[in-house]
Amino acid sequence: MYDFEITKPGSIADAAKALGGDDAQALGGGQTLIPTLKQRLASPTTLVSLAGLSEMVGICKDDDGRLCIGGATTHAAVAADGSYPGLSGLAAHIGDPAVRNRGTIGGSLANNDPSACYPAAALGSGATIVTNAREIAADDYFKGLFETALEEGEIITEVKFPVPEKSNYQKFVQPASRFALVGVFVAKYADGVRVAVTGASEEGVHRWTAAEEALNANFSADAIAGLDAPSGDGMINDLHGSGEYRAHLVKVMTGRAVAAAA
Amino acid sequence: MPKDEGIGASSKRREDLRFLTGKGKYTDDINLQGQAYAYFIRSDVAHGKINSIDTSAAEKMPGVEQIFTAKDFEGVGGVPCGWQVTDRHGEPMQEPKHPVLAEGKVRHVGDPIAVVVADSLAEARDAAEAVEIDITELEPVLNMKDALKDGATKVHDDLTSNLCYDWGFVEENRDAVDEAIKGAHHVTTLELKNNRLVANPMEPRVAVAEYDGSTDDYTLYTTSQNPHVIRLLMGAFVLGIPEHKLRVVAPDVGGGFGAKIYHYAEEAFCTFAAKQVGRPVKWTSSRSEAFMSDAHGRDHVTKIELAMDKDGKFLAIRTDTHANMGAYLSTFAPSIPTWLHGTLMAGNYTTPLIYVNVKAVFTNTVPVDAYRGAGRPEATFQLERVVDKAAREMGIDPIELRRRNFITEFPYATPVAVEYDTGDYHATMDKLLEMSDHAGFEKRAEESKKNGKLRGFGIAHYIEACGIAPSNLVGQLGARAGLYESATVRVNATGSISVMTGSHSHGQGHETSFAQVVADMIGVDEAQIDIVHGDTSKVPMGMGTYGSRSIAVGGSAMVRATEKIINKAKKIAAHLMEASEGDIELKDGAFTVAGTDKSVAWGDVTLAAYVPHNYPLEDIEPGLEETAFYDPANFTYPSGAYGCEVEVDPETGKVTVLGFSAADDFGNIINPMIVEGQVHGGLAQGIGQALVENCAYDENGQLLSGSYMDYTMPRADDLPMFKVDHSSITPCTHNPLGVKGCGEAGAIGSPPALVSAVVDALQRGGHTNVTHIDMPLTPDRVWAAMNS
Ligand SMILES: Cc1cc2nc3c(=O)[nH]c(=O)nc-3n(C[C@H](O)[C@H](O)[C@H](O)COP(=O)(O)OP(=O)(O)OC[C@H]3O[C@@H](n4cnc5c(N)ncnc54)[C@H](O)[C@@H]3O)c2cc1C
Repeated sequence: MYDFEITKPGSIADAAKALGGDDAQALGGGQTLIPTLKQRLASPTTLVSLAGLSEMVGICKDDDGRLCIGGATTHAAVAADGSYPGLSGLAAHIGDPAVRNRGTIGGSLANNDPSACYPAAALGSGATIVTNAREIAADDYFKGLFETALEEGEIITEVKFPVPEKSNYQKFVQPASRFALVGVFVAKYADGVRVAVTGASEEGVHRWTAAEEALNANFSADAIAGLDAPSGDGMINDLHGSGEYRAHLVKVMTGRAVAAAA
Repeated sequence: MPKDEGIGASSKRREDLRFLTGKGKYTDDINLQGQAYAYFIRSDVAHGKINSIDTSAAEKMPGVEQIFTAKDFEGVGGVPCGWQVTDRHGEPMQEPKHPVLAEGKVRHVGDPIAVVVADSLAEARDAAEAVEIDITELEPVLNMKDALKDGATKVHDDLTSNLCYDWGFVEENRDAVDEAIKGAHHVTTLELKNNRLVANPMEPRVAVAEYDGSTDDYTLYTTSQNPHVIRLLMGAFVLGIPEHKLRVVAPDVGGGFGAKIYHYAEEAFCTFAAKQVGRPVKWTSSRSEAFMSDAHGRDHVTKIELAMDKDGKFLAIRTDTHANMGAYLSTFAPSIPTWLHGTLMAGNYTTPLIYVNVKAVFTNTVPVDAYRGAGRPEATFQLERVVDKAAREMGIDPIELRRRNFITEFPYATPVAVEYDTGDYHATMDKLLEMSDHAGFEKRAEESKKNGKLRGFGIAHYIEACGIAPSNLVGQLGARAGLYESATVRVNATGSISVMTGSHSHGQGHETSFAQVVADMIGVDEAQIDIVHGDTSKVPMGMGTYGSRSIAVGGSAMVRATEKIINKAKKIAAHLMEASEGDIELKDGAFTVAGTDKSVAWGDVTLAAYVPHNYPLEDIEPGLEETAFYDPANFTYPSGAYGCEVEVDPETGKVTVLGFSAADDFGNIINPMIVEGQVHGGLAQGIGQALVENCAYDENGQLLSGSYMDYTMPRADDLPMFKVDHSSITPCTHNPLGVKGCGEAGAIGSPPALVSAVVDALQRGGHTNVTHIDMPLTPDRVWAAMNS
């Protein structure tokens, strides 16, 4: 670690101001950022802690019935909520209890690790990412590996999830990290099905449109069984699995998510 | 009947109280007045020529004491190798220099180039970033077979090639083995890899050293399995410090698994630098450093052929192995693929002719040395896997094929130079089949099938040679050390006992089990006995703990010393009771005169020894302290039958281990609970190797699995509830306790059982072309095999 300052602003406005400083960086639960600092892979001069901002912590429903989760809400809180079973199930399997009690939804979505779980839920739900400056539709938010639509210093204050009729997340774990080797989030809404895939692609989280079409016609595992697996080209190829294997898993996990959707 | 104390009792591990309450005293807990911190700058390329190192800017940084490079080590020895193997042609192995800090060239990612010593670790790291190192990258040598081709880039320019040695064993059998294979009814051939592993003890390595200029004494605290070996190697070969001026302490050590046997550059550095900078120097390995600087394990590529007659009787075995040495020779590296591997190739079978060829190869990777089992898992894996494949090819049940070839008469001299003293392989096999409910397997397999899963059962029967080792024998085989063990039993005036053992406990529970032995022999409470280890200033010269040797060799030394104590105490008791020495009996901590009701308590005798007012001073000396050095007459040969039951998900290739049973013959058992714990740990590591662990390099020699994000350690939910039995006992015939050792068995016997179980599951699922999958059997590999 290099030396840095830490501030604990009392409001989102103050946090935004603090983040305007030179080399300032937001600190959520620190589950990604602190290990990065320890390895001296980042050198912010000031960390702006968001964890204590009560405006950004908590879960409620808005007038449209959307589940609104504060950007500094922990994975454990989302796991315990239960009003969106697919989402709570996903949160319940992120890391271990220590990670879930610290790590936040805002931190996860801001980081956009290609193997992380939350991006699949946000994209698979057509969620809205609310920042201190604007609202961003999930379809416009994810821009590849560790890249998002966020501007420098922009804070995720809230994430709004339309609650589907049925949903499920299937995570096939990378055996070492236990992040997703392939994770598939399936959500069935009155106006259509969304299927989002994480862990697999070199482009990061993405929708599997062929599966969405098939499921719109027939929401059953059989509809997936009849599909070809997506192409292995452009899928991540590493120590833990080839692109072809990941592509195969996308199909298997999608089928399982549909079968398990509740 | 279970006893509550002494030999055979499951005494609770007394050391666990301090470990589990966070009160253990590990090397990193030791902080010396005024200590400085060392930070190692390591190579980030696999192979390169060092053009220049500029430390001038860094030296001016705050807190910097001194920055060291190879030029500070001119005249200092290299890190030595403790074993010299002689090749097939009678020539010694090629032995490169292993400098403390890289000289001219870096040879693996992690090779130390320079060290910053500063007031704090943060300052040392800051300064390290200001050290400018210019390296020209060279082509890395990674693939062992390519490394041996003519014209291949050399890891060491001053050697003739990348071949460390080409070893043949038993060389005189070479032609006879070839003939037997040529003429055999059937030959089963299997090519396989034994995957490279990182030991990953929970505690990373640490060294803290100080130098006292007023007396010219050095003290090194280090995470070692064998402090005397470090004192000898570092003192005599690297730094030129005589043993009486060098104290090495290995306090509580949080696991070793082999990786803490060796003498490492970092501990030599700290000892050297402490004198140079005039203050204590401390280095604590980060986990990332551990991945690239702790010696790795295994990494063999093997072809094995098994020749049989028409009834499946084994006629001959021929193996061809490439063993990775890494960039330098670690302390015991040359012995692992040779004397700890070739000698085990008979397994439990009567195969009359065996020839083992091993080519040890230098590559631009971290040095490879012993890891739990060391050579014996590699031997067991290839042998048990080829037997399994042979059973399939011959249409003989794998259990039956093994039974047909089991050795049943002991002692048994194998064609690979060792003599098994005892064993009963049918007994362990019978026990295993019972424990694992083998008879019910087919029914369970049907159930799995209904659920869309493939179930399989795999078996392995292992032998190991431990209780390492007879010194005269290992001397002939190239060891540059003896492998006896030492013990001093010091009885205090009031009867309590301190046992100083040359064995070292780093998780094995010696403080409990060793005390049980002495308590049993004398008849005093275990609580009266303290086991002292890990400090060269307290303990007589000992060789430490590895190779499942502690109870068999260290325990024997302790028994011998305790016998001397008892003999002397009897003399004192005879004097006190005015009886003849031959009539004295020791029972339950009291001396009696046979056939009388005369008795004198242990404490009275021990007090008399130190307050010799009424004492046979003309015959014996006062005091009650004895030392013994025990050199074993032979190895010990634990053996056992292991069975693994798995389920494979045919859609994803994921393997779930449903059951694992281990029926071992460890000879006599001192503490059944500790033995069971040792087997559990060994199984976890063996299943880890077979299922998840994989140390991998990319084509540039970068470590792909350099952290827990990519190197998978087995976790509790990867493992089933183990069934462990050690009731099949054929005591060792040549040591006083009749013990064989249990530390490595689990890691030796389990990998082939698991792989065979997965192959069995796939075969049953119709994938009849799958006869082997290389470890670890991760889902992607199993899936790829099913779809090949
Ligand atoms: C052992 C372990 C296992 C894990 N397993 C999983 C897993 O299985 N699946 C998974 O998805 N994740 C996993 N994670 C990651 C975990 O979910 C992290 O909590 C998460 O990725 C980051 O959230 P955080 O709140 O800790 O953010 P931090 O680490 O504090 O920050 C991460 C990044 O986001 C920025 N940031 C933080 N909060 C905000 C905000 N509100 N607005 C804008 N930017 C912000 C920071 O500046 C930083 O760049 C694991 C982590 C660990 C340590």
